[in-house]
Amino acid sequence: MEAVHGHDHAHDHHHPTGITRWLTTTNHKDIGSMYLWFSFTMFITGGILALGIRAELFQPGLQLWKPEFFNQLTTMHGLMMVFGAIMPAFVGFANWQIPLMIGASDMAFARMNNFSFWLLPPAALLLASSFFVPGGATGAGWTLYAPLSVQQGMGMDLAIFAVHIMGASSIMGSINIIVTILNMRAPGMTLMKMPLFVWTWLITAYLLIAVMPVLAGAVTMLLTDRHFGTNFFNAAGGGDPVLYQHVFWFFGHPEVYIMILPAFGIVSQVIPTFARKPLFGYASMVYATASIAILSFIVWAHHMFVTGMPAAGQLFFMYATMLIAVPTGVKVFNWVATMWKGSMTFETPMLFSVGFLFVFTMGGFTGLVCAVAPIDIQIQDTYYVVAHFHYVLVAGSLFALFSGTYFWLPKWTGHMYDEKLGKLHFWLSMIFFNMTFFVMHFLGLAGMPRRIPDYSQQFADFNMIASIGAFGFGLTQLIFLAVIIKCIKGGPKAPAKPWEGADTLEWTLPSPAPYHTFETPPVVK
Amino acid sequence: MALKSENVRMLAKLVVIACAMFGFGFALVPFYKKICEVTGINDLQRADVVTNTQVDKSRTLILELDANTRNDLPWHFRPTESSVKIHPGQLVQVVYEVRNDSDEPVTGQAIPSYGPQFAGQYFRKLDCFCFSTQELKPRETRRMPVVFVIHPDLPKDVNTLTLSYTFFRVEGARRAAATRVVAKPPV
Repeated sequence: MEAVHGHDHAHDHHHPTGITRWLTTTNHKDIGSMYLWFSFTMFITGGILALGIRAELFQPGLQLWKPEFFNQLTTMHGLMMVFGAIMPAFVGFANWQIPLMIGASDMAFARMNNFSFWLLPPAALLLASSFFVPGGATGAGWTLYAPLSVQQGMGMDLAIFAVHIMGASSIMGSINIIVTILNMRAPGMTLMKMPLFVWTWLITAYLLIAVMPVLAGAVTMLLTDRHFGTNFFNAAGGGDPVLYQHVFWFFGHPEVYIMILPAFGIVSQVIPTFARKPLFGYASMVYATASIAILSFIVWAHHMFVTGMPAAGQLFFMYATMLIAVPTGVKVFNWVATMWKGSMTFETPMLFSVGFLFVFTMGGFTGLVCAVAPIDIQIQDTYYVVAHFHYVLVAGSLFALFSGTYFWLPKWTGHMYDEKLGKLHFWLSMIFFNMTFFVMHFLGLAGMPRRIPDYSQQFADFNMIASIGAFGFGLTQLIFLAVIIKCIKGGPKAPAKPWEGADTLEWTLPSPAPYHTFETPPVVK
Repeated sequence: MALKSENVRMLAKLVVIACAMFGFGFALVPFYKKICEVTGINDLQRADVVTNTQVDKSRTLILELDANTRNDLPWHFRPTESSVKIHPGQLVQVVYEVRNDSDEPVTGQAIPSYGPQFAGQYFRKLDCFCFSTQELKPRETRRMPVVFVIHPDLPKDVNTLTLSYTFFRVEGARRAAATRVVAKPPV
């Protein structure tokens, strides 16, 4: 059907309805929404796997799962959350917001945009279906370390293909974002006038293009080691499993900034809005983001302090890692300074952003603790590390995603969300998040190893608290779903600019944002 | 449209960057090997040069010998003695014995490991069967020596050492061998 209209120009006003609308859409808003719903689905799926982990760890001993299935749960939870939930969610935000914030009519390559989204569901299906193949899903951990990943069954191959597809998707998405930002800004919007969310995404997109292909290379090497007789990581054939860790973390460390820089961008939009003051130190924010991105390429081996690295190597990676605390500190300082003497109000987006500031900073500090080589050797692969990266990924990336969702929901749906439910969502998330993960610091320091389905008796109390917190956190997210559905269905009509302190271009448009926007670019003074 | 062609030009540049980074991932492999070679880390397959062989008779170490096989390698692999008493600085020779229990030629590679882990750096091997792959004919038995010196700098609190070897099947060789068998003309 669509072929009939195929040669119409890009802004075809007669758009199809029903399922074909979503399959063939090239509209950045439609694609953004699909990204967001996809990532929410993966967030729930990955969350259910996490609850499987916490249910097993509720008390010592083996209750529910066999150890190998437990490892599949932790592995799939990690892969789905990183590649299925967090990354596509940020791409969804980029799709919705970047054209609106820079005054462009759409993304640069609308059809490629559609393709890069529709690559994701097959990849997710590959991951999910790998549970049902002989041998089950891969249990090698989300890092897919060799030699374990060379030895496992076909679930591993499915995971490798899924990573390939998701990598291709995010490379295409990034290229689209870079071209859109660099070539399609409204007249008058110089680079240093861009909203910070756009800046952080520009830098993130460059990071993605630089490191996703390296991950693709690493998993390709795994694949050929498994099936085609190569010996990249096979010690017997002259390969080296430690090489895998180097290649993986060359991708892996920039990857953690890929997941947090857009979060910094969202928080940098929300805090000035609700403090009713311009962002403190805009230029330093831009430079800090760029420094974090550049430094991320020279710190990867801090994940590998126990591989028998020479002391000189440990020292270099330790100091380089600690150096990242400087630009990150600049950012936290700027956010606090933005709030200083501001006329603050605490609507849900602001609550999540301020919450982010508290809890993410804690995660940053534990990161600094982990950066110190002698301490890291002590806490390597313990729950301390699990606590650290959940503080930066859940309380960092995820809270920023919540904040951004509440912030822009009125623009997306045309309705105000339920403020009471939103606040309830925030407070319950905050309480249950800390209940789940704060105790893990103690568990890790006391020596409880990660990725093991059983533990010694002395860890029982804290694990029980963590499990109760995890189920609370999981159920709380149903409130989020309820708020969104309620907001899409109706609610008070949102004005064009529902937030008094907001000043970026998207708020000059009516709410909900029309299907086609900025066909004639606005002029920025 | 000018904008469109400019966009496509930039797309092409970014695709080139992405492809180059894919290549860079593979370039890390020789780069890593070179770094290990230059710094002498992880150099398992080269003989050490032993300069000073002053024997420290005041210390006696117990060296335990261990042998394992992996990857369904149909080999029987064991040391001829389970442990030996040695002195730091002394030139020691131990012998491992390996037997191919299968009816086809199999190639394996032995990888050493040490207990305690840090003791590895005090082993100075002059000769070892682990320096090259071993190809065993069907039912062949082979006795293989390891000649080494324990450096006298070994910390004083270490009295027992373990030298362990694991034989891995070399996959490429199996495939090559299998092809050879298939290719052989009927007699």
